Amino acid sequence: MSLVVEAHHRLGGFSIDAAFTSNGGITALFGRSGSGKTSLINIIAGLMRPDGGRVVLDGDIIADSQRRIFTPVHRRRFGYVFQEARLFPHLSVSSNLAYGRWFAGRSGKAADMERVVEMLGIGHLLERNPSALSGGERQRVAIGRALLAAPRLLLMDEPLAALDDARKAEILPYLERLRDDAGIPIVYVSHSVSEVARLAQRVVVLEDGRVKASGAAAEVLSTPAAALATGRREAGVLLEGVVETHDATHDLTTVRVGERLIRVPKIEAPQGHALRLHIAARDVMLATVRPEGISALNVLEGTIVNLTAGEDGSVEVRVDCGGATIAARITTFSRDALQLSQGKPVHAIIKSVAIDH
Amino acid sequence: MDWLELSDAEWTAIRLSLRVATVAMVCSLPFALGVAMLLARGRFWGKTVLNGIIHMPLILPPVVTGFLLLLLFGRRGPIGAFLADNFGLVFSFRWTGAALASAVMAFPLMVRSIRLSIEVVDRKLEDAATTLGAGPIWVFFTITLPLILPGIIAGMILAFAKAMGEFGATITFVSNIPGETQTLSSAIYTFTQVPGGDAGAMRLTIISIVISMAALMLSEFLASLAAKRTVAA
Repeated sequence: MSLVVEAHHRLGGFSIDAAFTSNGGITALFGRSGSGKTSLINIIAGLMRPDGGRVVLDGDIIADSQRRIFTPVHRRRFGYVFQEARLFPHLSVSSNLAYGRWFAGRSGKAADMERVVEMLGIGHLLERNPSALSGGERQRVAIGRALLAAPRLLLMDEPLAALDDARKAEILPYLERLRDDAGIPIVYVSHSVSEVARLAQRVVVLEDGRVKASGAAAEVLSTPAAALATGRREAGVLLEGVVETHDATHDLTTVRVGERLIRVPKIEAPQGHALRLHIAARDVMLATVRPEGISALNVLEGTIVNLTAGEDGSVEVRVDCGGATIAARITTFSRDALQLSQGKPVHAIIKSVAIDH
Repeated sequence: MDWLELSDAEWTAIRLSLRVATVAMVCSLPFALGVAMLLARGRFWGKTVLNGIIHMPLILPPVVTGFLLLLLFGRRGPIGAFLADNFGLVFSFRWTGAALASAVMAFPLMVRSIRLSIEVVDRKLEDAATTLGAGPIWVFFTITLPLILPGIIAGMILAFAKAMGEFGATITFVSNIPGETQTLSSAIYTFTQVPGGDAGAMRLTIISIVISMAALMLSEFLASLAAKRTVAA
């Protein structure tokens, strides 16, 4: 599967000029609100017609302004999960689910219904009215409805943004299953690092309608470009790891990252399961000697790769800890007091509870 | 209780009124739906003019509307002559003319009610249906139409009530012929013009109160039924 998107469009004082490609899995369009993410996904869906550009899926030209090709939305077969679920209020949950299946014709089979309902855990809701569902349930039904239309591509515009943390935690595992089992390429719009870190294989960072960076999730989210899009608070690094062991008595999981072991709050995943850890730079401390009598569980030895001064008297220090690069944001005062410089051996200290998975 | 007994002529007037109002309501519905859709969603030159023309019967004296209908749809009127020659459809001094007059008078009420309900439909739901593979016609019939059903029902009942009560335009356009164009209103008017007609006028007045009350209650019931199905999610 391959997706090529190019778009330029002017909307009053705002303009979009962006292009990216995807090779399956989840591609995240990542950026602050107002960066043009939603416009771009609407252009892919065909809900917005750009001044120029093209959308090509698997060599099939869906839209191309130069060749004057524009496939109408309803013939694209791109599933779309909106920020608000947009369930049809006059139809029951099961009719909502069946709505797109009807237009998909032959490609929607009865077995799919059972599989999707089971995967999303919405079997007990089928007879209900959409107004009787919680936010999380609605969003799950909306995802099911999009899937049952047998889409060639699934577009998701901040599907979790309108939900509280508990509801997000309820849906994220379903999205992971969707990514791993359904085999449908997904374009996922989000401004949340933790969501993108957890779900996306590829990340396209958007700012002011332009692509700032794009590539594999771990690389892109660890570069300073991502910091622009996320705001400094969430800036940090994304590490690829494998579940090593579980400590049931303390509800901890040990994850191997490169040569190092990092202990994080318990993750429900089998041994050997690959996952990503997002470590925000503001949560990392540095010490020149190995600290003792400290509650933080992760003390990683490493050497300083570089130091980048920020605008506000802070310094981002990148430390290579045996294959895993960790970023720490410290004050210039600490840098001078500890005499940190490139190549100096240090210990990076990370609290387990501060790590997002 | 003899005075409650209805004469044949009175029965005829009641049946005629019901028929005229029903035909007026049903036949103007598709047009009203189309015009309401156009006014709510369309962007075209002359929209204000169209809106004005649609609302004219509400503002003009009914006699003027009746006279205009006579000019346009009379035997020698441009539209009337065309319809009579090609489709054998004659309006002047026929019950069909009474139906046309009441339909024209009730049209703005129906359009208004439907238009308002279209304007509150969340277009995002229609977009969602489109992404699920529904073309414009399917979206209209499976999403828009069910969502505006309460507005359509309200508009139909309003139009029916207006058509039942229509008098001025009808009597100007098709006169007051017993058995053909003498509706409930015209019959009551006739009774009030003859000595000793009070009892007849009273009987028909009670009948119109009963019919109006029943129509109102039916509309409330249907609207609540439709509203139950369309609680916003």
